[in-house]
Amino acid sequence: MNQARAFHHRIDKALHDDQLRRNFRSALSGIQAKREIQFPDDTQLQALREQARAVRASALIHQPELLERLEANLTANGIQVHWAEDPEQANAIIYGILEAAKARSVVKGKSMVSEETGLNQYLEERDIEVIESDLGEFIIQLAHEPPSHIVAPAIHKNRREVAELFHRFYPDIPYTEDIDQLTQSARLILREKFAGADAGISGVNFAVAETGTLCLVENEGNGRLSTTAPRLHIAITGVEKVVEKLSDVPPLLEILTKSATGQPITTYFNMISKPRQPGELDGPEAVHLVLLDNGRSRIRIDAELLDTLRCIRCGTCINYCPVYVQLGGHAYGTVYPGPIGIALEPQRLGLDQVGTLTSACTMCGACAEVCPVKIPLPTLINRLRAEAVNLQRTSTPLAGRGSLRKPGEASIWKIWQRLYSSPGLYRLFSFAATRMRWLTPVSLGGWTRYRSAPRPAARTLHELARQEGFRHE
Amino acid sequence: MSDARANILTRLRANRPQTVPTPPVYAKPLGWDRARRIDEFSTRMQAVRGEVHRVGDGDWVGWINRELLARGLRRALLGHGAIADAFAAGAADGFEITRYDRPIEDWKNALFHDVDFAITGARAALAESGSLVLWPSAQEPRLMSLVPPLHVALLDADQLFENFAELIDKQGWSGGMPTNALLISGPSKTADIEQTLAYGIHGPKELITLILG
Ligand code: SF4
Repeated sequence: MNQARAFHHRIDKALHDDQLRRNFRSALSGIQAKREIQFPDDTQLQALREQARAVRASALIHQPELLERLEANLTANGIQVHWAEDPEQANAIIYGILEAAKARSVVKGKSMVSEETGLNQYLEERDIEVIESDLGEFIIQLAHEPPSHIVAPAIHKNRREVAELFHRFYPDIPYTEDIDQLTQSARLILREKFAGADAGISGVNFAVAETGTLCLVENEGNGRLSTTAPRLHIAITGVEKVVEKLSDVPPLLEILTKSATGQPITTYFNMISKPRQPGELDGPEAVHLVLLDNGRSRIRIDAELLDTLRCIRCGTCINYCPVYVQLGGHAYGTVYPGPIGIALEPQRLGLDQVGTLTSACTMCGACAEVCPVKIPLPTLINRLRAEAVNLQRTSTPLAGRGSLRKPGEASIWKIWQRLYSSPGLYRLFSFAATRMRWLTPVSLGGWTRYRSAPRPAARTLHELARQEGFRHE
Repeated sequence: MSDARANILTRLRANRPQTVPTPPVYAKPLGWDRARRIDEFSTRMQAVRGEVHRVGDGDWVGWINRELLARGLRRALLGHGAIADAFAAGAADGFEITRYDRPIEDWKNALFHDVDFAITGARAALAESGSLVLWPSAQEPRLMSLVPPLHVALLDADQLFENFAELIDKQGWSGGMPTNALLISGPSKTADIEQTLAYGIHGPKELITLILG
């Protein structure tokens, strides 16, 4: 099935699922309200956004040097660094580390990069037990579904659906729809996993080059448990996550937690710089970091598209997107949904693969207004739309340029361009359109399915203006 | 895989953006005095269901004796050092004390199942966000503030900073980081079901800060 048809099919399914749409609507309006309470003063918010933008932009400029410095400092601290160009390499590296350590069971903290690589499936196919320990991730792992939001992966499920899942997989626990009790059940189930797992796998929110420190942001404590209780810890992250200095972290942390979840700070901010040292009694004996490129270095060629890489994965653009709230995350069909997904995924996977995603945007601009690192998402999405139908050769690194170009559509715009750039033709056209307006078709495909067709007025605006006595237009 | 490293770095160098970004400007200090810091910290911590109590320097053992036994919490986990020794010396009869004195591998199950609360120190705290700052160590290992259902942290009131930026600056963190450094702001929580807050998911269900001095 071609990508547009597949996408429209998923959209149709989402729009006809009333429960799903109710779940999203209520969850997202709640998150928006909580975020707004955190930023009572707009001047301060704008100053903080500017700081966060500058920190990330400067880290991107110096990225190769910072990565080398990060690697040198992590290595000096005893953390082993691995580089992977693509998902296959990253998965193979992680499997190799687990094999060498004879690790058969893994507890995972939340990591979107591991979703990018399809790590869980890769390891399960090789007989390694993988347990997602973030409550939201645990729920969707039971349901065999991908995350529908990058911060709140199970946002599409309501309490009844979660209760039914728990009951199906853990029939010994009495059925309940009480959220506190469901949370306690998850605590009991997952404690046993933490106590028994051979290895922990996590993502990284910021990697600090100056000190060789991996920073993890979380509320639940599952990230801390995954990175502390087992004897082996493997972290995986994208190469763009590096920042220069420790003093870069406080503004990023503040705007991340306030934007993403409306909290002044999350319960835990976990900074890991070394494996267990002699004399210490817990913590993993070995810590590894896998740095994944997966198309990120290519995006840098283009000064405009580079902005995409500033993203700190807070999910705020998603929470404010009027299209996402109607569709939910699964309709996008990609790892990252919402505005950041529309901007990032076609660059990562190619316009020929997922370029139609760019049509799922109304250009309302809400995302750019809230993005904590000021990524101009609508501008990027508009650019991708143009590239998808552009055949000219330039040095842009976008895969699948021009792949969505339709000859019919292109010639209509060509004619339009001619009309509007030649006054004579324009006058002729507008005269004909008004005098023969009864010729306008009543049916215009998708447009007239729910609307009536537009009909030109009886006289052109120029004529009306002259009638009113205007002489100079 | 060393090819991957060379390839990635080569691409990153070749694709170097030309625009020079404006350097970040950091926020100015808030100028909060000691009393204001204690106040702000307590308000923030309590807002996320952390308990905060001010106790006299010599009375914290007494506070634990009075309060925790009454709540039916008996099995205490201690590390090593001044705090652990003070509690071991002054603990009421009802407590059953375990010391974290061997590698976790030797007693993981007992730690996960047979401890009611742990007592640790806090290196500092942050007023603006209501956060405790811990540098776990061989004396007070990492899992003490994570696995037991209740974590009691002792905080010296003079170690309250305005915020994270002030702390790392004044304490010179960039000069060298410990194995693990933590900001802890309240008991463990989640909002993964219907965006509704629920406390006590994987980490401690309760967090008590005793401010000394
Ligand atoms: S694009 Fe901006 S708002 Fe969206 S996830 Fe990234 S940082 Fe957050």
